[in-house]
Amino acid sequence: MTRVLDVRDLSVSFPAADGRRFHPVDGVSLTLDRGETLALVGESGCGKSLTSLALLRLVPAPGRVDAGSVIRLGDTDVLALKGEALRRIRGRRIGMIFQDPMTSLNPVFTAGDQIAEGIRAHFRVSKSEARARALRLLEEVGIPDPEERLDAYPHQLSGGMRQRVMIAIALAAEPEILVADEPTTALDVTVQAQILEVLDRLRRSRGMAVLLITHDLGIVAGRADRVAVMYAGQIVEEAGTAELFAHPSHPYTQGLFASVPRITGPLRRLTPIRGTVPPPTEWPSGCRFRPRCPQAFDKSVLAPELMPVGPGHRMRCWLAEEPAAQVELSRRSG
Amino acid sequence: MGRWLLRRTAQAIATLVLTIVLLFFLSHVLPGDPLSRLGEGRPLTAAETETLRARYGLDRPLRSQLGSFLAGLARGDLGTSIEYGRPVSALIAERLPATLLLGGTVLLLNFTVGLWLGVRQAVRRGSAEDRWLTTLSLVGYATPSFWLGLVLAWLVGVEWRLLPAAGMRDPLVDGGILAGTADVLRHLVLPALTLSVVSIAGTMRYQRDAMLDTLRLPYIVTARAKGLSPARVTWRHAWRNALFPVLTLFGLWLPVLVTGSVFVESVFAWPGLGSLAAAAVGNRDYPLLMGASVLVAVIVVLANLLTDLAYATLDPRVRLT
Repeated sequence: MTRVLDVRDLSVSFPAADGRRFHPVDGVSLTLDRGETLALVGESGCGKSLTSLALLRLVPAPGRVDAGSVIRLGDTDVLALKGEALRRIRGRRIGMIFQDPMTSLNPVFTAGDQIAEGIRAHFRVSKSEARARALRLLEEVGIPDPEERLDAYPHQLSGGMRQRVMIAIALAAEPEILVADEPTTALDVTVQAQILEVLDRLRRSRGMAVLLITHDLGIVAGRADRVAVMYAGQIVEEAGTAELFAHPSHPYTQGLFASVPRITGPLRRLTPIRGTVPPPTEWPSGCRFRPRCPQAFDKSVLAPELMPVGPGHRMRCWLAEEPAAQVELSRRSG
Repeated sequence: MGRWLLRRTAQAIATLVLTIVLLFFLSHVLPGDPLSRLGEGRPLTAAETETLRARYGLDRPLRSQLGSFLAGLARGDLGTSIEYGRPVSALIAERLPATLLLGGTVLLLNFTVGLWLGVRQAVRRGSAEDRWLTTLSLVGYATPSFWLGLVLAWLVGVEWRLLPAAGMRDPLVDGGILAGTADVLRHLVLPALTLSVVSIAGTMRYQRDAMLDTLRLPYIVTARAKGLSPARVTWRHAWRNALFPVLTLFGLWLPVLVTGSVFVESVFAWPGLGSLAAAAVGNRDYPLLMGASVLVAVIVVLANLLTDLAYATLDPRVRLT
């Protein structure tokens, strides 16, 4: 497997009012191989989107990626790039899809213009050639009457249609990685499935790697190869999708599962995770999930590292060290 | 588009007619009478007053006066000035070029320098340059034009003798078109600068805020994530959308620049319409006053029509039906 993305110890910080800096993304490491889908899961405010923006150095000012972070795209050290070299990897190495297709498309340009623009930013082709390629992209993302849609403005398209245009824009410069930040959150349920289908098909046909960012565990199963769960700026659990669904180990992940309704299995009451993600300025010391965790114990006041709990399965929780607790844990979840 | 333009033009004409009727009554509601000043040297006899009143139609009921004014207007005849005894249209035509030259220059400066500075500020938000320009624009906006005009006329015109401080032409300059144009341009600098300071300051603030609002939007992140150059993101993606609020400002500024420069015109003895209209109000010179008002009304309505048209052309979401 070819490694296309290697992120190590990625931290993003913003200045706080008191002059210190806080870290909404704090030491995130993840990798992506060619053709693979990694799902990054977590509640809003946990740092998923910021992580994805950092990959292309799009962290909004006054935020910045901290020293010591590593982002490698193949052989390219992203954090060393400047100006024109940085521009050339945006769209070309990583294509991005955003949450809200209503506001992520420029209202004054046609769909065709916005796709062709991405093509011409990276390839020396004529306007008519760019337009022809844009048309093929619209066909590829499954837009009916692509010829007509090429000249349509965003407000003339439905939500699902706009998200398809967004995908076509992300594909314009033929990137090897597609980052989809909550690509279906703003869409109707029926349209959600179609969009995920398109993404899956493109990943296979183009051999792309996909980083799927979502708060919805329901769309992860059957689509992602691996899952990384994020909480309060850190990855708290990571595993292959099947392993994670079979043995969710971190109390936060278990909480996420307990709050998702299921169609199969015995009828049970949904248990929401109590409280909300605190803002990054108020993250507690020790285990950051501690104040909300039903299983917190004396050791939770110390900050845990990611520790192995199974094959290719790690979590950031002291329970990983306690065999007794682990047995208890797997008995309950199994 | 054709149908929309037709309907919009019809609306504009209706607005214009209504405004003119209203202006006509308003100008006659002003206390005083055009003839009261004619007898300043020697009191007019009752018979003389009657003759003059009949001559200018002031003895007829207001409604019939309006009728003949509108009839004249339809023929392009604005009547005769009571004060000057000459056709109103000729008086306005004499003053119009100077006004258009000054107003046009200010408008041009405003919508090039003002927009450019505003965009620059927004892109560099929070920098030292942004803070300086903000301070400068607030100072500029708060500076009264007539005061700035006086200071510039005195300092640049009188003390330093760098530029002419009054008028539009130097009678001693003769020769070809080139020398004449250069002379007019030299005269134009100070009044244009005086008026530009306030209007540029306003446009800058407006453009900066509009631009900041746009730069926050998700489609700007999309544009950057596509790998577009910073200049392309700023001008093509952000500015195209941040232009709309400023277009409205353009529609509001246009009439002000044609007429609102009364102070500056009098400070620099610029032979424009503003001073003519101001004098007409003082003299209760109804025909001249109405002539100037009609002109302003036409410009206001036209400016709005143009703004709407610009919106419709630039923003695909505005449907022309």
